[in-house]
Amino acid sequence: MSRTLLSGNEAVARGAWEAGVAVGVGYPGTPSTEVLESLVRFDGVRCEWAPNEKVAAEVAGGVSLGGRRTLVTMKHVGLNVAADALYTQAYTGVTGGLVYLVADDPGMHSSQNEQDTRNHAAAAHVPLLEPSDSQEALEYVISAFRISEAYDVPVIVRMTTRISHAKTLVEVGERSEAVGGSYASQPPKFVMMPGNARLRRIDLESRMTALEAYAETASENRVEMRDASLGIVTSGVAYQYVREALPDASVLKIGLVNPLSDRLLFDFRSRVERIAVVEELDPYLTLRLKALGVDLVDTGLPTMGELSPMAIAVAFGGKIPETREPIPDLPPRPPLLCPGCPHRGIFRGLAKMRAIVIGDIGCYTLAALPPLKAMDSCVCMGASIGMARGMELAGSADRPVVAVIGDSTFAHSGITGLLHMAYTGSSATVVVLDNRTTAMTGHQGNPVSGVSLGGAPAQAVDLEALCSALGAASVRVVDPHDLDATLAVLKHEVAEDHLSVIIAKAPCALIVKEHKDPYAVDEESCTKCGACVRLGCPAISYDVNGRAVIDTTLCVGCAQCVQVCRFDAIVQVGPSCDIGGV
Amino acid sequence: MGVTTVVLAGVGGQGTILAGDVLAKVAVAEGHEVKLSEVHGMAQRGGSVDTVVRFGEEVFSPVVDRGMADHLIAFEIIEGARTLPYLRPGGRLVVNRRMVAPLPVLIGDLPAPEDLEQALVAGGAVLLDAEALACEAGSPRSANVVLLGAASYGLPFAEATWTSVIEERVPPKTVEANLRAFALGRHACAEGVCEL
Repeated sequence: MSRTLLSGNEAVARGAWEAGVAVGVGYPGTPSTEVLESLVRFDGVRCEWAPNEKVAAEVAGGVSLGGRRTLVTMKHVGLNVAADALYTQAYTGVTGGLVYLVADDPGMHSSQNEQDTRNHAAAAHVPLLEPSDSQEALEYVISAFRISEAYDVPVIVRMTTRISHAKTLVEVGERSEAVGGSYASQPPKFVMMPGNARLRRIDLESRMTALEAYAETASENRVEMRDASLGIVTSGVAYQYVREALPDASVLKIGLVNPLSDRLLFDFRSRVERIAVVEELDPYLTLRLKALGVDLVDTGLPTMGELSPMAIAVAFGGKIPETREPIPDLPPRPPLLCPGCPHRGIFRGLAKMRAIVIGDIGCYTLAALPPLKAMDSCVCMGASIGMARGMELAGSADRPVVAVIGDSTFAHSGITGLLHMAYTGSSATVVVLDNRTTAMTGHQGNPVSGVSLGGAPAQAVDLEALCSALGAASVRVVDPHDLDATLAVLKHEVAEDHLSVIIAKAPCALIVKEHKDPYAVDEESCTKCGACVRLGCPAISYDVNGRAVIDTTLCVGCAQCVQVCRFDAIVQVGPSCDIGGV
Repeated sequence: MGVTTVVLAGVGGQGTILAGDVLAKVAVAEGHEVKLSEVHGMAQRGGSVDTVVRFGEEVFSPVVDRGMADHLIAFEIIEGARTLPYLRPGGRLVVNRRMVAPLPVLIGDLPAPEDLEQALVAGGAVLLDAEALACEAGSPRSANVVLLGAASYGLPFAEATWTSVIEERVPPKTVEANLRAFALGRHACAEGVCEL
């Protein structure tokens, strides 16, 4: 059998398909997004983006209730949203296999925090499998469906960025598991009112006890005996780092992280002279071993951020190899809003008004960086609206307070916040940045854009009607590329004593297929005032003489800079000789 | 044989991911165990992006620490300078001369770094103008494949394997331009001596 190079996320999708999954559902979130984008390409699987992870988990719960296998995908913070469903699904158990694919982001490459999903598994009393490469990702997903049905419980497969986004060789199989399933009414199992739930609570413990016995001999847990002087207990990508850094060490590789088998841990302890734990993020395995009274080697490894082979080698007495001197004084390269990004128009207006901007999760969070510096908070999906209401109640702001939220984030968790504002008599101003896509995670469709997973047209919500129905007194639509009109509407609505929603509607510059001709700076007219440069467009910079210059290979002709130039120095030119495009 | 590590460093949108994918597939085609690591998401919005490709008989970690890379292919000169500590002493270094100014430079908060070429040449760099060669090849977007061609001299793979993977991996309409781009990069930097 030939092997294929697959990312961890692609391997999960393949594994789910081979396991006969009927439905894949989730909400996009780095590093989990590509799982459903891969799964949708297989025949015989229905895949859907849900407005948020809780809805996704409930859809998955319904598929399971209907007797079919289902995969629900999200990033680590998404599980907080879906947790309400998960914690009680643990009680009801499943009919068809129910697997949660949750991708953590140690080091926060693209996240607002770095929580460790293993804790959720322990708290919810559900099993958690953790692969350490793409081959295991495929195999563990298949195992997860079998465990889910055999032990009547939802199962989490936990990935991390380095597993989800690393490509490794995989031996793939065929779609061989049972696909069929049927519904049988079982109210005592699925109607979780107290009388039933108390019995299911007890039942859950017996299911997990049975799983603990399974964990003792589970193929997902593996002892690799080498030199017995040092034994390492590890899981996930940390296993790969241990093998790289400490090739002679014996290893207990934990694939089934919850529940753990105490006997397995004690047995490994008895076979090695010294024992240590190497794990990324929280001291999950460490605390379990300590609770068992096992005397661990203190590695001093951090409990935050990503590990690396070198960090592990050094922790066990290895020397840091000779390295080159860094080249000093290099400018940092923060991510930034793209040329032609419609968000720039809104944040330029908010910065001019010196508004307190209660932001949210999306590309637009980048407006917090210089030169726009137009965001005061960003916490979690939908927080902008609730927090803006809170700021209003605090009553301490001496400047206008504006909530800013993207279209997909509004659909995810903003609607209930706006409902609260209307219900409680708020006179806040909420800006919905409707760029017709879920941009940050790679341009997924959503209920506002009316594009389905896979790209087919879908029902699009009427955003204006929705906001009015929720109780906004004023709903205005602006083109954020029109800077004066945008600023005028912002100023007007902030001054009004009623609840306002401003929908800034213009497509993401990266989904616009045909760009307008680029602009260039007329050297004679440029006074070096810097107004255009302060928009923070990657296409605009200063030349050696301090005049503005536009990189015509990057410019997409949005004309925002033209509007801020008071000297008419920015003029449209023909298509450039595109030598810079790569 | 041991494991060979290649780091591809660039700016979001420069095509490092496709280049890393081609390199990884070439290594697979020649019978190696391969791991490729990349980062998606927020960093792609004009930020620094690194791709790591490791190949050999048995590869464990998908990522590496400073001083561990055998090859560094820099798609942009500041990123080449930033990533240089990852290249082990004596490792091979191919750097595109192009500078993409980061935002602090664009808005005048920080000066553009000077003398990077000298510092990189002192570090053993082969410098080339990948965009110019890409234009010569007929597609300005093939600069990433020019850089693969330039780096290919130091990598243990047959030219035929490279061309067959490129043919398979790039959009059909751009196959010829990309093959020309690869050849131009490879021949410009023959024997590690760049003519540009």
